Amino acid sequence: MLVDKAKCVGCANCVSVCPMGAIHIGPDRKAEINQDECVECYTCYRGLSTEHLPPFLVRSVRGVLRLFRLRFEPDPDVCPTAALTPNEITWPRLVRRAFSDPVVPHESTGTKGRGTAEVKTNDVTGRVGPGQVGFVVELGRPSVGARFREVDKVTHALADAGVTFEPNNPVTYLMSDVEAGQIRPDILNEKILSCIVESKAPLERVPAVLDAIEKVSKGLDTVVSVGVSSRCDSEGNDPLKKILEDAGYTFYRGKVNLGLGKPAKA
Amino acid sequence: MTNTLHRYGNPESLRDDYIVFAIPARGINDQGCVEKLRTFLRSALKYNPVNVGEGAKGGIFRPSKSLNLISTYLRPRKHGVAPQEVAEGVDGPGTVAAVFDNKESMERFLEEVKSLDLGISVNVSALVDDTREACRLVGICPHSVEYSLGFRGRTERLASRRVLELSTMCGHGMVSFRLAQKMIDQIKEGRQTPEKASTFMAKFCTCGVFNVSRARRLMEEARVSD
Repeated sequence: MLVDKAKCVGCANCVSVCPMGAIHIGPDRKAEINQDECVECYTCYRGLSTEHLPPFLVRSVRGVLRLFRLRFEPDPDVCPTAALTPNEITWPRLVRRAFSDPVVPHESTGTKGRGTAEVKTNDVTGRVGPGQVGFVVELGRPSVGARFREVDKVTHALADAGVTFEPNNPVTYLMSDVEAGQIRPDILNEKILSCIVESKAPLERVPAVLDAIEKVSKGLDTVVSVGVSSRCDSEGNDPLKKILEDAGYTFYRGKVNLGLGKPAKA
Repeated sequence: MTNTLHRYGNPESLRDDYIVFAIPARGINDQGCVEKLRTFLRSALKYNPVNVGEGAKGGIFRPSKSLNLISTYLRPRKHGVAPQEVAEGVDGPGTVAAVFDNKESMERFLEEVKSLDLGISVNVSALVDDTREACRLVGICPHSVEYSLGFRGRTERLASRRVLELSTMCGHGMVSFRLAQKMIDQIKEGRQTPEKASTFMAKFCTCGVFNVSRARRLMEEARVSD
């Protein structure tokens, strides 16, 4: 993303909406974007409403108001002069947008958002079967971001803990060695808003896998959010709850797949 | 796409946050699902959701790309589209969601969704005990469950509790810490109302799962208690 300096009037609304804190007001009193920190999420470009006011008019009004010690302050969701401008990005920077802008579908899975289905469609796909547990480890969200070198640490730790990575997941597609959890080296320095590593393991491996996640998380320069999933029995109860309680975890929020989906007839 | 698993807050803070979403499975039952997704959203509208959304076009609250002097300053600003427009605007496979701020509405909607027998996956993202209770009431046996175990790692890089409660209501992280903090500050200074502030933040959530009702309550609490 770029700022059109000819249009920018330095209102700073884009500064506060940037999830990565990558935008600041420069010495010329106009917005500037730190390209190394920008994850191409398009939040500023898409989320801000645009007024298309003539920049000279806005600058003049601001100047006059300043004389009276007043401040020109557009609504916080508006870029008054439509100064944010997307630029063309190429590999490896392309992964930033794929993992940061939820409107862009992942080429690998064809799914928007973070590109994952988890157990949201488990009633149709049977992705996580009886006796299995799904793990979703999200890095970078909220508002911290993550480099793929941090993701690489987590995928290695998970691989060592004996999980099976979900093949239909955008992060798995970027592994050069899936068995070892190795992320391809050319993207390791790319920063993204967040990504979700999906894997599964047998039910009895839950404490060991969660322990591995706890340990690797302590050495990361980002935040991690962890989700675990399992199938319910014929009564609607799940075996995971007791395992998590016994392991000392506190949990009360989650997603419940109601089982109303049906696979298409062959 | 909704990514609602890790909404921040204790059970008391999450008492008015129920997201019900429908999602087709790619390559299995996504063919011909558009009308089913529209039906899902149309049905949701009968139970007064506080937001509805679909991944491609967004929720009720959307930015406008064609504001001018008149539409911004001389007329009341429009902050989005009618809920019906969201439902009728679904034109491809994807996730559609309805957000409720009370359990009763969510339960009544689940009852209708069950009777519709759409054949696509439906999930509830909320306090799990509330969802289980609703399932029992409506006669649904849950298929799978996914628990949030919260945050790990450099948690000192996260914002304050109040900011996190607001920011994580967009599961893709599009509502920045700074925007949430700015809205709280402006409300405390009397320069913004919780109603407007929640609307501004909701526009950045591209899936329409931002709960404006909970946001208003949280900001009102911040205004009177901090």
